[in-house]
Amino acid sequence: MSEAREFKYIGQSTIRPDGFDKVTGRANYGADLALPGMIWGKILRSPHAHANIKSLDTRRAEALPGVLAVATHSDFPSVSDQAIESGEGSLTLLDLARNVLAKDKVLYHGHAIVAVAAKTAAIAEQALALIDIEYEVLKPVLDVREAMAAGAPLLHADMFTQGLPEKPTTASNVATRLEFKMGDIEAGFSAAEVVVEREFYTPTAHQGYIEPHACTVRFEKDGQSMIWCSTQGHFDVRASTAKLLGMELGKLKVIASEIGGGFGGKTTVYLEPVALILSRKSGRPVKMIMNRDEVFKATGPGSATRSWVKIGAKKDGSITAMQGRLAYEAGAFKGSPVMMGCMTAFTPYAVANMYVEGFDVVVNKAKVAAYRAPGAPQAEFAVEMLINELAVKLGRDPIDLRLQNAAKEGTQTIYGPKLKRVGLVECLEAARDSKHYQQALAENQGRGVAAGFWFNVGGQSSVHINMNPDGTGTIVEGSPDIGGSRASMQMMAAERPCIAPSLLKPIIGDTENVAFSAGTGGSRTTFATGMAVIEAAEDVVAQMKQRAASLWNVTAEQVDWADGVAINLAGEERLSLAEICASADRTGGQISGRGNINARGAGPSFAVHLCDVDVDKDTGKVDVVRYTAIQDAGKAIHPKYVEGQYQGGAVQGIGWALNEEYIYSKEGLLENAGFLDYRVPVASDLPMIDTIIVEVPNNFHPYGVRGVGESGIIPPLAAVGYAVEDAIGVPVTDLPLSPPRVFGLIQGSR
Amino acid sequence: MARVTFSSEQQRYTNEVACEVSAADYRELIDHITQRYPALSRADLLQMAIAIDGEIIHQPLLERIEPNSEIHFFHFVAGG
Repeated sequence: MSEAREFKYIGQSTIRPDGFDKVTGRANYGADLALPGMIWGKILRSPHAHANIKSLDTRRAEALPGVLAVATHSDFPSVSDQAIESGEGSLTLLDLARNVLAKDKVLYHGHAIVAVAAKTAAIAEQALALIDIEYEVLKPVLDVREAMAAGAPLLHADMFTQGLPEKPTTASNVATRLEFKMGDIEAGFSAAEVVVEREFYTPTAHQGYIEPHACTVRFEKDGQSMIWCSTQGHFDVRASTAKLLGMELGKLKVIASEIGGGFGGKTTVYLEPVALILSRKSGRPVKMIMNRDEVFKATGPGSATRSWVKIGAKKDGSITAMQGRLAYEAGAFKGSPVMMGCMTAFTPYAVANMYVEGFDVVVNKAKVAAYRAPGAPQAEFAVEMLINELAVKLGRDPIDLRLQNAAKEGTQTIYGPKLKRVGLVECLEAARDSKHYQQALAENQGRGVAAGFWFNVGGQSSVHINMNPDGTGTIVEGSPDIGGSRASMQMMAAERPCIAPSLLKPIIGDTENVAFSAGTGGSRTTFATGMAVIEAAEDVVAQMKQRAASLWNVTAEQVDWADGVAINLAGEERLSLAEICASADRTGGQISGRGNINARGAGPSFAVHLCDVDVDKDTGKVDVVRYTAIQDAGKAIHPKYVEGQYQGGAVQGIGWALNEEYIYSKEGLLENAGFLDYRVPVASDLPMIDTIIVEVPNNFHPYGVRGVGESGIIPPLAAVGYAVEDAIGVPVTDLPLSPPRVFGLIQGSR
Repeated sequence: MARVTFSSEQQRYTNEVACEVSAADYRELIDHITQRYPALSRADLLQMAIAIDGEIIHQPLLERIEPNSEIHFFHFVAGG
């Protein structure tokens, strides 16, 4: 695309098409569907973090009046060990089945064991209390250090570490060891004149979506079954559920409800296959809704990690070597996002010698799920903290040091390709020149700077645009709208035909009325589904020209299209889009454009954040007093939504840095499973998050889009972390920086 | 000749960082490198994403390869 391209609609901040329904309470979420004859499903969960199930007896529950079905792991047909899609972090079908309903062994506090469906939710709850289970309680492992130690209790006796030079002969809690390398790491450190190194810790953190997991399902033995649920990828729900239950895809329809937040946490299934089993056994529609306690205990959070990082540089600031050793908790089953951590950790820097080793480690916690740029915030936290420390050691401004070493077009990445044109330098320059960076700090205040990188992804997207006889239309897309993408689709669909965006209504099709689309995640939707929308809009314009040509008895090549009007180049005639649609019944039937693609050319997005904090040294309480999020959007299709993504990512990252953590007892029981004790920041905790949208176009997208949802959560951990370090003058290595921890650091330094 | 750079994991099986291959398309490229490096699994290669001259492609099966293309293998990335 050209740099100076002028747009008619792209770049405006239009009114969101889903806004009215949401603010008036009319939007239908996961828990909002009721069907005739519907019954309620509930799940019995493990009271232990690690235990063998010695016996399981559901007879008393089944005998309770009103109970219509009971489901256990044995209700799954035999499943194979094949990999399935579940956001970031791979999961096999076997593990998914054992996560959805435990088999023989429970692996975390809250692990689902038995499901009951009854005429009322209260009867289902009563029935759960009648299920008899005898446990053999085992010692849990709750941290990668414990899990990797020799002699640690094993979660899976049949798990052997993949990726070791020699095939191991003993089982381990380390599922996979992997490495990425580039250049000569030893030579890089030999050339260094200054070296910094530390180990860092990030805690288990929840995505913080407000809407719990919920679904309503109906099994039809001879017809088509249906799932209505809150999800980021209804085609993935269909695939996972169908495989678990041995169903044909064509016999299962999945409808994505409106979604009250996902952030990666709704890229897999928990309730849906269980509810469908209960529906199959009872012959009734079944509704299941998690409560908040269940969401925290039994759904996937972001990984806790321990990361050791070492960086060497010359006195002139040029970095000569970067090395890391990253250990990520996967939860109860293998598949943490450690690979993403390894691939992203050093990518903001153009350094010849890099080496990073990663470990995917199982522990007795809920299986992790994707969380916005999965794996990247934890690894880049460690690296960015050290870059700030290096800047101090070298007597350099932290932005200036980053500019000196910044990745740019042509930089070889550790994970494979050379970067095409990217906007890190532009983001750093915008940060350096911002009002924020010029402001002086007051006493007890500190400042942190951090950069972040995320790949962004493409993948399959399907769209059709159906035009109506009055010139309005419907955009049917297959990507659930978790962050406002319907507005972006509307604008991209309107741009080429050049009609008002409000004339095109965007909707999310179910798995039957639109072709396969990958889930919404990885910052792919505005990029990839946007490309499918553009293709469908081009198809609409081509058909409009053809129809006009047939009315004028000329060829389509003799018809131009400009400002929403077909122009006969062989004469004087003009026809508007609405006029062509009105006559479509006489020229071949209504017009429908189609775009089914596997998008290529995703462009990375870099972010740079600035954070100023004020630390109360008597209590350890940290207040963020000033915050600026700067990020390369490629092209901001809807600038207000882009700002919202930057602000949302920043706030989630600030929460991760300051307060959010899962707290477990030594027995492995989760002690803060609710928003009262797991504290996410609210509006009154924070200043306005200022934003700067940098636009360095992605040349592989027709409008220059990169995708903006992920990168914004990466820098806050180190921006906040280093701001606290700057304020208190004590190295910060562990998150969250809650008042007790910060107070302890201050006391320890005295 | 197209220049193919292997991922760190692949280098364990190739003992080389990169190689040069003459291939018209991705399928042909896979044929050549699995012949040259039998330890590389064809199935694994077909699961990987590639970058051709910096353009990220998740399902490259039908991609054409230009004579001077730079090709990098890397792991498929999804996201949150």
